[in-house]
Amino acid sequence: MTRQEPVLEVEDLRTHFFTRGGVAKAVDGVSFTLRRGEILGLVGESGSGKSVTGMSVLGLIDAPGRIVGGAVRYRGEDLVTAGEKRLRQLRGRRIAMIFQDPMMTLNPVLSIETQMVETVLAHEKVSRKEARERSREALVRVGIPSPDERLAAYPHQFSGGMRQRVAIAIALLHRPDVIIADEPTTALDVTIQAQILFEMQKLCRETGTALVWITHDLAVVSGLADRIAVMYAGRIVEIGTAVEVIDGARHPYTHGLLGSVPSRNRRGEPLAQIPGMTPSLLNLPEGCAFRPRCPRATDACLALPPLSDGGHGWRCFNPQGAAA
Amino acid sequence: MTATTSPFAAVPSPGSDSATPMLELSHLTKRFTTKLDFAERLAKRLGAKVQEFDVHAVDDVSLTIAPGEVVGLVGESGCGKTTLGRMVAGITPPSSGELLYRGKSMAALPHDEARQAKLKIQMVFQDPMASLNPRLRVSEIIGEAPRVHGIVSRNEQTDYVASIMRKVGLDPAYAARFPHQFSGGQRQRIGIARALAVQPEFLVCDESVAALDVSIQAQIINLFMGLRRELGLTYLFISHDLGVVEHIADRAVIMYLGRVVEVAPSAELFTKPNHPYSRALLDEAPRVDTRKRTFAPIRGEIPSPLDPPAGCAFHPRCPLALPRCRSERPALREIAPGRLSACHLNDMQ
Repeated sequence: MTRQEPVLEVEDLRTHFFTRGGVAKAVDGVSFTLRRGEILGLVGESGSGKSVTGMSVLGLIDAPGRIVGGAVRYRGEDLVTAGEKRLRQLRGRRIAMIFQDPMMTLNPVLSIETQMVETVLAHEKVSRKEARERSREALVRVGIPSPDERLAAYPHQFSGGMRQRVAIAIALLHRPDVIIADEPTTALDVTIQAQILFEMQKLCRETGTALVWITHDLAVVSGLADRIAVMYAGRIVEIGTAVEVIDGARHPYTHGLLGSVPSRNRRGEPLAQIPGMTPSLLNLPEGCAFRPRCPRATDACLALPPLSDGGHGWRCFNPQGAAA
Repeated sequence: MTATTSPFAAVPSPGSDSATPMLELSHLTKRFTTKLDFAERLAKRLGAKVQEFDVHAVDDVSLTIAPGEVVGLVGESGCGKTTLGRMVAGITPPSSGELLYRGKSMAALPHDEARQAKLKIQMVFQDPMASLNPRLRVSEIIGEAPRVHGIVSRNEQTDYVASIMRKVGLDPAYAARFPHQFSGGQRQRIGIARALAVQPEFLVCDESVAALDVSIQAQIINLFMGLRRELGLTYLFISHDLGVVEHIADRAVIMYLGRVVEVAPSAELFTKPNHPYSRALLDEAPRVDTRKRTFAPIRGEIPSPLDPPAGCAFHPRCPLALPRCRSERPALREIAPGRLSACHLNDMQ
C-alpha cells in the first residue's frame, strides 16, 4: 500500500450518553487512522460501541449522547468542532454512510431516481439530466441489471440484496473519500453477501475510497479488511493488520472471539467459550473492562491497560502469545 | 405414561431401537395458495385473467432421521427450511406427504397417541423475544406445558421448573422474573428450557443461535451439545450458518427453492460437496482462516418461489448448467453410500 497522508484520523474519541441511569461511555478513547483505499474492519459484539464510533465520525450523535472529547480529522480538518453547516457539506459528499437495513434508509414513497437525483443535487449544481445520468452510472457500478428500468422503481420492488446495492450506489454518487458501512451485509444471504463484498472490494481498489466496515462477524472482515480493530466495551482492545490480529492475536478477548468460531474448533467438540456476559456500559468494571471474564487477569488489570505501541497494538498487561 | 418428578426419566437411551428411524419424512410438500379477494373474484367471474397461484414452499422432501442423530438443514432465505421445520414440529400441517414418528404415521395415530407423539417433538425458535410471552413469569413459561400435559402436578411445578432451569444453566432464583429482564443469551436458554420441560426426544432448532453474539452463540451451541449427550436428544438443526452446521451436525441437508439438493454426512459434505449449489455456498461463506481474498460470487438472485425456474431450480445461476438442466428436473439420487445429490452432472461420469 502506498504510504500516504491519512484521509481520516480518529484520535481519543469519547462519546458518552447521559441517561437517567448514569453515564454510558459507549465510546471511550478510540483512535485509528485510515489511509486512501484502505479497508478497516471494526469488529465487536453488541454494545461494544462500534456503531456509535461510526456515527460519531459523521457527527450523527443525538441527545442524550454527546462527543465529550477527542478529535475526528478528515484530511486534517477537525469534524468534532466543525459546525453543522460544514458537516452537511461533507456528509454524503466526502464521507458517506451505509446502514444495515436499507428498507429503513430508503424512502418508501419516492422512486429510486428521485432519491438519487436529490442526493446529487443536494451537493452539486448540475442539470437534472446530468444528475440522472450520474445515478444511472452508479447503479451500473454496483452491478444492478437494466438500470434505466430500475431507476423508475420503488424500494419495495427490490429484493434485499438489490436494495442494499441501491444504498451503496447512493453512497457512491459523489465518489466519497471515506465510506462508513455499518453491518451492511448482516441481513443478507451468503451468496448475496459475497456479491456485495466483491463489489465493495473492487470499488476500493479502483476509486481509492477508504472503507470502515463495522461488523460483528470476524469471518467477513478477515477476508475483506486490510486492518482490523477489535472493540470491547467502548475501547479498541486490539488493532493491527488482518494477519496480525487473526493469526497473531494477543488480547485474551480476541483469542476468545476467535476460539468461539465453530469452524476453528474440532467437529463435535465443545466450543471454546468466553465465560460470562458483556458488561453493562452503565456499570463497567474498573480498569480493564474484560477483567471479570478474562482467564489471564491479575491485580495489575485493576488499572486501565494502555494500547501498546507499534502497528499491532493491544490493550493488555498479560497478553497471550501469538495463536497457532 | 407415569407422571414423575424427576425430569427426563422417561427419555429412552439413544439408539435403543436403532432399526426404526426416530422420524421419517415421506414426500412432504407444503403449498401456500394466495386467496383471491372479493374484487378479484368478481373480476374473474367477469372473465378477467386472475388466478390463484401456488407457492411450493417445500416440494416433495423425504428424509429419515435416526435416534440420537443431529441433522443440519442449510439454505438461504426462502428455501423452505423454516416451513419444513414447522411441519416436523407439527405447527404447520403438510399439504401432502406424511410424517412417521418411530415408524407410525402421525396423521393415522389415534388422538391421544398423536398428542403424546407431538409432545416428543419440540421447537426452539430464532427470536426468543418474539416467542416468549412477555407477560408471563419464567416459572409459568417453563412450567405451564408440563402441568397441562400432566407431567407434573401443581405442587411439584416449582421444583420441576428449578431443575429444568439448572439444566440449561439458568439460576432458579430468577424464576419469578419476566423475559425482558434477561439478556439475549439467557432468553434463548428460557426458550430451550420451555422446549425441554415436556421431556421431548426431538428438538427442531430454527436458527436458534443466529441472533446471538459470537461469544454467546458458542455458549448456546455448547449447551445444545451437552443436552444431546446428557438426554440423548435428536436434533433437526436449521441454520443458514455453514460453520455452525459443520460443527454440530452428523449429517447435513442442503435445500434450494423448496427442494433438497444434497444430503451427506457433514464431514464429507464440507470437504467434498457434490452439488454445484453446495459448492457455491461453501466457497462464498466467509471463513476466519482466509486473508484478503478476492470474492468471486456466483451471479444472480435467488429466484422467487412464486415462479421457480423450470428444470433444475439452480440452473440460471449454475456455472456448469447443461441444456438438459433447463428442461428436466434432476432427481435426488444416491451417488455414494449415504450421500444423495440432485444434479444431472452425476449422470455424466
